[in-house]
Amino acid sequence: MAKYVGYKRPKNTKKTLKYLFRYLGLHKWMFLLVALLVFISTGANITGTYLLKPVINHFILPGDKSGLLKAVGAMGVMYLCGALATLSYNQLMIKSSQKVIREIRTDLFTHIQKLPLRYFDAHTHGELMSRFTNDVDTVQEAMNNSFAMIIQSFMMLFGTVFMMMVLSIRLSIIVIGFLLLMFVFIKFNGKRSRKYFQRQQEELGKINGFVEEMAAGLKVEKVFNREKKNFEMFCQMNESLRKESSNALTFAGMMVPTIVSLSYVNYAVSACVGGLFALSGLLDIGSLAAYLIYVRQSAMPLNQFTQQVNFLLSALSGAERIFEMMEEEPEEDEGKVILCNVRRDGGKLQECSTYTGDFAWKISDPQGERLIPLKGDVQFHKVVFGYVPEKNILNQISLYAKPGEKIAFVGSTGAGKTTIINLINRFYEIAAGSITYDGIDIRDIRKDDLRRSLSLVIQETHLFTGTIADNIRYGRLNATDQEIREAARTANADSFIRRLPQGYDTMLYGDGSNLSQGQRQLLAIARAAVSKSPVLILDEATSSVDTRTERLIEKGMDAIMEGRTVFVIAHRLSTVRNAKAIMVLEKGEIIERGSHEELLEQRGRYYQLYTGQFELE
Amino acid sequence: MIKRLFSYMRQYKKYAILAIICIAAESVFELIVPLIMADLVDIGVASGNRQYIYIKGIQMVFCALLALVLGTGSARFSALAGQGLGANLRQAEYEKMQKYSFSNIDHFRVSSLVTRLTSDVTNIQNTVSSGMRPFCRGPVMLIAATGVAFSINATLALVFAVALPVLAGLLFAITMKVRPLYTRMQGAIDTVNRIIQENLIAIRVVKAYVRGEYEISKFEEGNENLKTQSEQAFRLAALNMPAMQFVMYGTILSILWFGGGLVQIGNMQVGELTGFLSYVLQILNSLMMISNVFLMMTRSVASGTRIMEVIDEKIEITDEKARDIQVQQGDVAFEHVWFKYKKEAEEYVLSDLSLHIKAGQTVGIVGQTGAAKTTMIQLIPRLYQAEKGCVRVDGRRVEEYPMERLRDAIAIVLQNNTLFSGSLLSNLRWGKEDASMEEVEKVCHIACVDEFLDRLPQRYDTEMGQGGVNVSGGQKQRICIARALLKNPRILILDDSTSAVDTATEGKIRHRMAEALPHMTKIIIAQRISSVCHADQIFVLHEGKINGVGTHEELLKSNQIYRQIYESQKEGAEL
Repeated sequence: MAKYVGYKRPKNTKKTLKYLFRYLGLHKWMFLLVALLVFISTGANITGTYLLKPVINHFILPGDKSGLLKAVGAMGVMYLCGALATLSYNQLMIKSSQKVIREIRTDLFTHIQKLPLRYFDAHTHGELMSRFTNDVDTVQEAMNNSFAMIIQSFMMLFGTVFMMMVLSIRLSIIVIGFLLLMFVFIKFNGKRSRKYFQRQQEELGKINGFVEEMAAGLKVEKVFNREKKNFEMFCQMNESLRKESSNALTFAGMMVPTIVSLSYVNYAVSACVGGLFALSGLLDIGSLAAYLIYVRQSAMPLNQFTQQVNFLLSALSGAERIFEMMEEEPEEDEGKVILCNVRRDGGKLQECSTYTGDFAWKISDPQGERLIPLKGDVQFHKVVFGYVPEKNILNQISLYAKPGEKIAFVGSTGAGKTTIINLINRFYEIAAGSITYDGIDIRDIRKDDLRRSLSLVIQETHLFTGTIADNIRYGRLNATDQEIREAARTANADSFIRRLPQGYDTMLYGDGSNLSQGQRQLLAIARAAVSKSPVLILDEATSSVDTRTERLIEKGMDAIMEGRTVFVIAHRLSTVRNAKAIMVLEKGEIIERGSHEELLEQRGRYYQLYTGQFELE
Repeated sequence: MIKRLFSYMRQYKKYAILAIICIAAESVFELIVPLIMADLVDIGVASGNRQYIYIKGIQMVFCALLALVLGTGSARFSALAGQGLGANLRQAEYEKMQKYSFSNIDHFRVSSLVTRLTSDVTNIQNTVSSGMRPFCRGPVMLIAATGVAFSINATLALVFAVALPVLAGLLFAITMKVRPLYTRMQGAIDTVNRIIQENLIAIRVVKAYVRGEYEISKFEEGNENLKTQSEQAFRLAALNMPAMQFVMYGTILSILWFGGGLVQIGNMQVGELTGFLSYVLQILNSLMMISNVFLMMTRSVASGTRIMEVIDEKIEITDEKARDIQVQQGDVAFEHVWFKYKKEAEEYVLSDLSLHIKAGQTVGIVGQTGAAKTTMIQLIPRLYQAEKGCVRVDGRRVEEYPMERLRDAIAIVLQNNTLFSGSLLSNLRWGKEDASMEEVEKVCHIACVDEFLDRLPQRYDTEMGQGGVNVSGGQKQRICIARALLKNPRILILDDSTSAVDTATEGKIRHRMAEALPHMTKIIIAQRISSVCHADQIFVLHEGKINGVGTHEELLKSNQIYRQIYESQKEGAEL
């Protein structure tokens, strides 16, 4: 049955079709074959109806039994071919369309992985999700059904009209007139119901938004006894949605009955005029009867045809949105320098394939291959950056982190702390200046290797559906169970994990929502600990962990990060106190730098923060 | 399942009945019109009676107009019935969701609750609105056409005796087999969508750990499975059409053959044979329609199940033991309380916990991550229910208070603070619907909201929530405290709700609260020792047990954990 959608027209049909054809590729021939089979199937159906009259006239009436047997046999063969054709085109169509859809989905997902973070900042998750769900679905639906149905209904329509014209040109003028009238009505009604569907869509959007917000804030609602008030608001929205969608579906539902009634009128007029023609000898009664059967048959294909064309159009616009997304520029990655494990053979670096805990950058340029030991020496030279071009977050910032040091950033929200991390990771591209890593411009380092050298624990902890062990293993896929336990112990997560119903095999669902914020943070730290990357970045990683546990984690992490560079961002000053160098950021500039003691002596902004005279916002 | 879903139609049932009547009546015309038509040709044209032709023509037009009215009516009534059912289901779900206790909320994920209230309902209401017509027409056409066919020629109609069961059997078998396939397909879709969603949310983690390839292979696996499942389901469902054609063509041929025989021996007229054929097609078509509706319903049964899960969820905490009493003082006591979140969990989150907080006291609770601080205080307003032992407020078990009264008397600022879309003022008024501006200003002063109020673009009218101004973490916490204070509760619980507020401001809030609200019991959970060190009593929680009780000085002397926490923040506290 028809699915009613607010049809959106595609903008650039030609380009979309080109793309689509590229996807069809080998399936293109399959589609041609399908078209042929649809032709056979529909042909068998139409011819069968057409043949009824001659069979009755030539064999049944004269009582030609053997002739009837032959005729029935011939029709049987034809029908068999038709039914077999139907069977095969349905199966073929589904088989190829599912393949194509699968390819589209995979390509879309693969492409998403390559898109820069900027893209994700500019689009909501719902928007991106609907590419995968709504848009892919409409394309799939169109391929599964609409394609064949359009050919079929067009043939039916064309064939019927043709037959009518053969029977009587003059009478068919009436039918064609009525068909045109129906077509106009379908167009008109479609336009009208689109308007209502749009309103329904708006109401639906409102209520979805409300439900989403209230479901997320359900606990707060309970605490404030807000149930009644919210329920009233909900009922109001629900009622207006009901009204709008009832209207929309009324118009959509009126389509078929109206066409049917129009076809009755058409039938009546054709019958009367045909009867008069017959009386005046312009037409014989047999032809009139056959003609009227065709009249009866002609309305439905027209309706089906227009409906399917609409589906096809909305599928095309869905496809257009999908391909638009695939055309989005992926992250730039022109770097050639790669990360490799090394062994030290008497002071000389030797590349090796197993994990040694010692890393180096491998540079291959015209001068040959060189290995530069990875130290974690990160420097910013007059870096300028803004998330939006007009608004710079970092102004000509220069900073350096000595290898093996623990470096901390403090500053208010919006001061640019996380931004600095985002730039080291090359999540975003800088507008001016340069960032070097062990003396190499990070733009020359292959992105994957750059990121592999840094383990990052970010502010919002994100976990995946899977067991606790799987989530920790995300840091390094080949980590053993033993290593995972060790990492969990380092992150002080072992004790709470062991108290869970299934310990390390406890399943986490929906971003680990069954754990407390603090526990999730511990897991994220364990994930970073297991990755054993040479450089560690902790961005507010322990904000929901108590200070005592934090201290224990710090000790554990210090042990594994011995001699390695660690970046720490924190609101809580007790978190950063032990850092070798603390940088105070304000409005995208570093205003103070030094150790905890040095900064306290300076009696500057850090001192104010520390004594609680100044609030970080 | 389907019957249960339809029981939610309630006040819209009349529309459903009207729709059925309209559709049934309309289908009758489908049968009458060809009869009039046959008369027109057989009698009118054959006898050359123009008058008769006109009359029959007008009759047909009249039928068409009636059909139009009925058709429009059926469209309207089906829409009203379907959308009404949807609205009722949505409302029932929402109503139920609001009754959920915290443990019920934990059971469903937010995203899943949202789908169950939105797209699952949309799915059902559209199935009803658009499935009504074929579903009712099918049986009417089937019965009527069979009747007519038998009346034309009972012998020939015996062909049906073979054809009908064969087709019905085939369609039934397909539908039954497809049902579990659709369920599996839905499962595969859910998996794929989940992977996409997780990747969108955690894109930074994926990129930071360079797990793109890994995620793609994970997705590929799900995608391949989805392809296999949906191919199976769709291919089986698509057998409907050819099965129908095989039977239909077979029937046509048999009727031609046997009918031909009957005509020859003179038991049947040629006109009857033609008429008979058209009814045969009618009947088989209606079977097809019915089976299509079943296929459609199969797909929405999955949605129905998900909706019913929300409605059937057993509410953990109810008012059954409540009496007509109110919280007067704000005295809180825990007596040997045991608690765990899930029945099947081995260890208790709280074990044998006892404590007493006198009305008007200020109490601090400290302890490390996972010590169950939050769990403990959530038992006081009965957000969760103790498994053993009891929680008392003013000496009475919390179960004895009606939940609404209990929660009115207890304000709790949750760790996961949420502001809702709407102005700052409307957010504050969550605390008290009809609060006067004076009251609002008073609590804003206590919570130090007034300090940054002037920096907000429209002061109290500034839009909060997603579309609004982003307030910083510290500002948000202060707004949430003001919102809770507006309730003017007997007991105020702050669950780590000043973590982003600087110590100076926090001190100010503390002083103002002590001054303005001396009789309010205040329970403060905090990471910072400085937030609780002035409290009358501090509880140290460790692994779900009370590890120490006392004032700051006492605990420093006697409690090792407290001392360790203090040490870890010492320098800050000294300054």
